[in-house]
This record gives sequence, structure tokens and C-alpha cells, in this order.
Amino acid sequence: MASIAQDHIIAPPRPFSERLGSFLPQFLLVPSFIASFFYVFIFTAWTLYISLSNSTLLPAYKYAGFVQYVNLWKNARWNIAFSNLFLFSSLYVLGALLIGLLLAIAIDQRVRFESTWRTIYLYPLAVSFVVTGTVWSWLYSPTSGIEFFMHGLGWSSFQFSWITSRDFAIYLVVITAIWQSSGFAMALLLAGLRSVDQDLVKAAQIDGAGVFRTYWRIILPSIRPIFIAVIVVLLQFAIKTFDLVVTLTQGGPGVSTTMPANYVYDLMFQRGQIAQGAAAAVMILSALACVLVPYALWQTWRARREAAHG
Amino acid sequence: MADARAGYDPFATSGAGARTRAKIGVYIVLVLFAAYFLLPLLVVILNSFRQLPEIAQNGLIAWPRSFNLDGWYRAWNNYCVGGTCAGVQGNFYNSLKMTIPATIISTAIGALNGYILSKWRFWGSEVLFAFMTLGVFMPGQIALLPWAFILGTIGLTNSTYGLILVHTVQGLSFTTLFCRNFYVNIPDDLIKAARIDGAGFWRIFWKIILPLSPPILIVTVIWQFTGIWNEFLYGVVFTSGREQPITASLVALSTNGTNVRDYDVMSAAVLIGALPPLLIYFFGGKYFVRGLTQGAIK
Repeated sequence: MASIAQDHIIAPPRPFSERLGSFLPQFLLVPSFIASFFYVFIFTAWTLYISLSNSTLLPAYKYAGFVQYVNLWKNARWNIAFSNLFLFSSLYVLGALLIGLLLAIAIDQRVRFESTWRTIYLYPLAVSFVVTGTVWSWLYSPTSGIEFFMHGLGWSSFQFSWITSRDFAIYLVVITAIWQSSGFAMALLLAGLRSVDQDLVKAAQIDGAGVFRTYWRIILPSIRPIFIAVIVVLLQFAIKTFDLVVTLTQGGPGVSTTMPANYVYDLMFQRGQIAQGAAAAVMILSALACVLVPYALWQTWRARREAAHG
Repeated sequence: MADARAGYDPFATSGAGARTRAKIGVYIVLVLFAAYFLLPLLVVILNSFRQLPEIAQNGLIAWPRSFNLDGWYRAWNNYCVGGTCAGVQGNFYNSLKMTIPATIISTAIGALNGYILSKWRFWGSEVLFAFMTLGVFMPGQIALLPWAFILGTIGLTNSTYGLILVHTVQGLSFTTLFCRNFYVNIPDDLIKAARIDGAGFWRIFWKIILPLSPPILIVTVIWQFTGIWNEFLYGVVFTSGREQPITASLVALSTNGTNVRDYDVMSAAVLIGALPPLLIYFFGGKYFVRGLTQGAIK
């Protein structure tokens, strides 16, 4: 008791500038906080509100209920875009994951020039989707690309015109996206393979487990979290796919390769139906949430469990 | 290299024959996929130096029989993209003017944020951090209309400055996330000792944090630079014609499909647009990979 009173007497009142100074960290965060708050919450709320309005070419703030969502789901093109998203996402994630895994395992076999291989497989990630889409669209073109090349080799009946086919063009988008992203999967999985406890692997080997068995039973299960992380990131890429389609197929032939993000852009900036475009954007956000919220929950659960078990 | 690590040798218990066969199989896989990955790059590089008649005759996938720099010259100086015939040099400079400031500003602020959120924690700072990282996952489409409105209000539509603003704000989540996760691993005792010695907020930042930061700052700068340079949606929505960054302007190459395609010039233009991130990748690839793996592997 006495000491507290004494402290009170002895300690001089802190000058104003010093008291202000102790809030410096919080103070410095304010601009970033405001910017992020605007970007994450205000922008989302804003778009959400516009999606509930009757805006056409310009924002109008008259509440119109869920009519835009109803119209959106009645729209044939949106339905194509949304089913494309499912088809594209599943094939793309599976393809990039399998090729990435194959390459990671191959590189992990103590090969020579390891960093050269890695560089080659990963460089597409540094290139924009616009560049990727443009160049691949030339190669897919029957009059100048792969088909033309095969004819030049003398195989004159060779046909490769998926790019002009309503049924097959979407698979070219998938293949091109896989080309761009396999290296990403490879890099993460390779880092994972290298983090596996080597004693465990050697024990399995001594027990007589073959190569495939060792990978399938020991190594791959122990890097399951990395698989899930890669899948989540790839799904995010898939849901946000936009530029690749614009440059590769322009959403065509017809509307056969339209993706949700392309639909949003067309409605907002080509057709002057911003309310319905906003509704579609909200659907994209919901799709992302469907992937990310369970992932975040799983991560938290895992962290808790690890903390509990020491 | 790190090849000599004492890791898993899958064929340690197999015979010599099986071992050789397996090795050959591995190299076949590696070579085939390398060809698949390199094909487009090789095609654009070679075609940018070929002459158009030769491309028309032999197709895009063919060994060059001619060599000239005409395609590069025209792509840079007078090729018609989206109605104007001034080549892509203006767009290239726009991209530089947009990417460099946005990268520097967002990285600097991110470093400061990361320092505060890891070393000057306060009540609610963890929640604040979690909330700021939400921005990483936001789809661009949801922010389009609000950004259009804001840029219109402050008079920055169709301007590089507008794009700098957009990319800086959107980049903050990334840079803060990267830096905070790096600084968290700097021992708190170091900071405590400095504080006992009387060092304040800024002094600790300059004298302790920044000298330890080059690894993370390089990763962040590479990541931001390639991301902003390659960004397409905002560039194409908020700017037009001569104000467009190069990634947005290149799309005109693939969409004006009716005319004869000048593949030589277009290849050169595509390469000009792809070159800065590619160079950064080839010279800083090690850090690029580190940036990638950082988030996922803990």
C-alpha cells in the first residue's frame, strides 16, 4: 500500500508526447486498417447492396429484393458458366495435382540438374494468364498451330480443332490452366516430400516395403496437409479464372467456355446490367467462402489439437 | 547443390538393373514434361525473329529459316493495338509506372504492419491481423463497382495513379501477411533487450528488424511485382487505350481475330509483356519458390 502511494508521489506525470508515443504502433496501423476495412467489408456490402437493387447502367440504390438472383439463375448463360466452373475446377485441380505430384516425385529421385528442372516447370507461374492464353490460342488454332504442324509432318488426316468445338473447347481451357499451375503444385509437394521424417521411410524400407508402397502408405499420407493446401489454392485460382478464358477462347465458341468471372465482367461493363453482375459477383464470393471457410475451420481445429497433444 | 542430402533413396534395396531402369524412366518423364512446358516459350521466342511469309508457309511450330528484328521493332514502335498505332512501348512504360510504386509502397507499409502486429501486439491485434488477411482471398469482381465509383469520385479513372492506389490497397493484405509471419520468428528477447537499452519503436525497426528483413522483403517485392504486372481485370476495366498497362493491352492481340495475324509482331509484343516478370523469376527464382512455399508449409 505504502509503496504504491510512494510511486505515485515519486513518478513524475508523463508528458503528453510520451503518452501519445505509446500509442504509436496502433496509430500507424490506422490507415491500413481503414483501407482493409473498406476493401473487405464496405466493398462487399456495397456490391451486395447493388445486387439487391434495380441498377442497370448506373448504380441505383432502390431496394428491389432478390429479383436479380432469380433472374441470374434463370439465365442460360450463367447456368453454363456455373456448370463450367464445376467441370473446370474438378479436372483442373485433379490434373495439376497429379502432374505436380508426378514431377515432384521424379525430382525427388536424386536427379541431376534439379534446380534446372524446377525452374522449367515453375516458370509458367511467373507469366500472366493473358500471355499464356494468347500463345496457347495460337497453338490450338488449326490453321497455324499443332494441327498444321502435324499436317506438315505428313499426317494429313490429323485433326485437332477443339478450339472451335462447343463441346471440347472447355477442355483446352483446362489443359492450359494445368500447364500454368502444375509447377506450383510441384514446388509445394516437393517441399513437402523433403520434410517427411526420413527415419520413418527407412524403417518401412527395411521392413521390405517397395517403392510404390512406401510412397502410397508412408510418404504421401504424411504430407496430407500440403495436398489440402494445394487443392484449396488451386480451387481459388479456378473460381477466379477470368483472363485465361478471355484470351484463349473469349468465352466461346458461342458461350460454351464462359466462366462466372467472365459473366460478371460482361454484365457490368458490356451490357450495363450492373445489378445482375453484382449478384453474380456475390455468387463467386460465396463459392470462395464454400472452399475457404471449411479450410480455415479445419486449420484452426488442427492447431488446437496439436496444442492439446503438445 | 542440395542433391547430396541423405534423404530417401527409393531404390536402395533394389538390384542394379531395376535401379537403372527406374532412373531412365524418371529422366524420360522429366524430359517429356520439360518439352511440354517449354514449347510455348520456344514458339514465341523463335517466331518473334522469323519473317511473316515464312510463318504463314510453315506454321508457328517450325524451325526458323529467316532471322530479323522487324517484329520487335514494329511491336515496340508502331504496331496497331486497340486502335492506336504506337506499338506497346507506351503500355510498357505505363506498367512500369504502375508496378514499381505500387510494389514499393505496399511492401513498405506491409513491413511496418508486420512489425507492429508481431512485435507490438496490443489488445485485439490478432483479430486485426486475421481480418486484414481476409483481403488476400477477396475476388476482384466483388470490388469492381466500388473501385469504379471511388476512382471516378477522386478523378483517377483511366489513370496510372488510380491503378497504383488499387494495387497498393489490395496488396496490403499480402505484404502484411508475409512480413508478419516472418517477423513472428524473430526472437522477442532481442526486442526486449533493445527496449531495456532504451531503444524506441523506430530505432528497433531500423536497427534490428530491417537488417534481418532482406529475405522476406525480396520475396514480397518479387511476389508483388509479378502479381501487379500480370494483373489484367483492373487494368482493362479502369483504363483504356494508351493509358492501359501492357498486360491489359495485349488482349487486343487475341481478340482482333479477323485480320491477317502478324504472328511475328504479336510474338514480340507478347514477349515484351512477359519479359519483366520472367527476368525477375529467372534471377530471383529461389526467392520466388520460397515465397510460394512459405504460406503452405509450416
